[in-house]
Amino acid sequence: MTITRRQTFIMALGATVAAAMPFRAFATATEDSIAAFTGGATMGEGGLTLTAPEIAENGNTVPVTVDAPGAVSILLLATGNPTPNAATFNFGPLAASQMASTRIRLAKTQNVMAIAKMADGSFVQATQEVKVTIGGCGG
Amino acid sequence: MTKTGLLTAAIAMIATGALAQDDNQLIINGETEMITEAPAPDYISGLKTIYSGWRFRDASLQQMQSDDFENPAVIAVDRATEMWSTVEGTADKSCASCHENLEADMKGVRAVYPKWNEKAGELRTLATQINKCRTDNMGAEEWKYTGAEMTGMEALISIQSRGMPVNVAIDGPVADIWKHGEEMYYTRYGQLELSCASCHEQNADNYIRADHLSQGQINGFPAFRLKDDGLVQVQNRFKGCIRDTRAETFNPGSAEFDALELYVASRGNGLSVEGPSVRP
Amino acid sequence: MADNVKPKVRVPKTAAAGDTITLKTLISHPMESGQRKDDAGNLIPRSIINRFTADFNGQNVIDVTMEPAISTNPYFEFETLVPEAGTFTFTWYDDDGSVYTESQDIAIG
Repeated sequence: MTITRRQTFIMALGATVAAAMPFRAFATATEDSIAAFTGGATMGEGGLTLTAPEIAENGNTVPVTVDAPGAVSILLLATGNPTPNAATFNFGPLAASQMASTRIRLAKTQNVMAIAKMADGSFVQATQEVKVTIGGCGG
Repeated sequence: MTKTGLLTAAIAMIATGALAQDDNQLIINGETEMITEAPAPDYISGLKTIYSGWRFRDASLQQMQSDDFENPAVIAVDRATEMWSTVEGTADKSCASCHENLEADMKGVRAVYPKWNEKAGELRTLATQINKCRTDNMGAEEWKYTGAEMTGMEALISIQSRGMPVNVAIDGPVADIWKHGEEMYYTRYGQLELSCASCHEQNADNYIRADHLSQGQINGFPAFRLKDDGLVQVQNRFKGCIRDTRAETFNPGSAEFDALELYVASRGNGLSVEGPSVRP
Repeated sequence: MADNVKPKVRVPKTAAAGDTITLKTLISHPMESGQRKDDAGNLIPRSIINRFTADFNGQNVIDVTMEPAISTNPYFEFETLVPEAGTFTFTWYDDDGSVYTESQDIAIG
């Protein structure tokens, strides 16, 4: 079979689309989660601290802390998980700080993201990549 | 920094052989100080200093072990505490029937096991001793050697000795068994032809995939392994290690693993009893 | 109800009025994500705790919506004000309708 230049181009295009597909699907799930939380509002940065290990020795139990002084609620997202939402922290009147720690599961190396809804209705976000490593033995 | 500079720095980092530790000092619940570094016992020629596996872990994991509330093993310990006074078996007894005061009676126990049992004329690991208590004194069924009841009970007993230095006897009636264990430690097993020493003595602190090899100390067992979401019995860990060399393994509770456990425990003489520890 | 579910909380026994204290909570629960398969290759259905709340004398401190990405044996740490002596109430809501609660008193002193 002879392959023309046009066919080559179409094949390459197909490959590009195929390669982009999983990313597209992932982006949509995360985008949907964000939109559901922010209602599509633009997000600023600053005033929100997301603490997570750069390297997680095991993806089963990754300690994460979110801290956004003055926030009403904070959404925590594991953008590379099949279901990106991990938790939403809603702070009540007795909360001494708008800070919370928990442990989450990460399916693979990915960006962990937090979005804080501030008291004035604005949103800020913070992102950190967490590399999930394969353990040494019997990993 | 230039590319060459970076490369040199990277090589230097590998070459220093500094431990991957983020922290040197383990204090549990802000009160119990652990010995995580000690001079190697003189019968170990391949190491100058012994280190707890805790020293090879990253900061977040180290933190998890330094507070019992954050240590996921506490749930298993709570269950074992209930089990301690649960009557089982034909003799209508619980652990507490004989050992009334858990803290006082079990203090120091974990530090000296595996231990020679004079009356029975055999070496007993802590797991074997627990099962003997169950069958001989309670008239209850044996627990699975590596099962959740066993690891929970081992964890509960270990906690009572936490901070005390491991101090297993290697001479007298156990001398031959110890020797057998030592021989196993340096024997290459499996298609990969690896001995315990290949990784844990000659390559401790080097990378194995993305992980730091520890010295393979067992003072932290039973260990809560995040990968398994549960406590791992030490002989189950041995089994995993030997399996990873692509060998047929011995069985937990076998004479071979008992000998190996005695020997490996003795390599940690001087480190604190740390069980239940937290590992990735 | 999932087997052996047991809550555990760490609350200081006393605090000064108006103090900020740290609370830690832990509950034994498998948090089955709904993503795993059993040995036969069948999907294990999701079964998680989906909400956690902490209140003090009827006033809310934190209310958390939980998803399957929360690890086994969910752990939370957060800070609360202690305006007066009273009782902390912690509540976990299971997918299967079970509700687990734990309370602890705190004195002013």
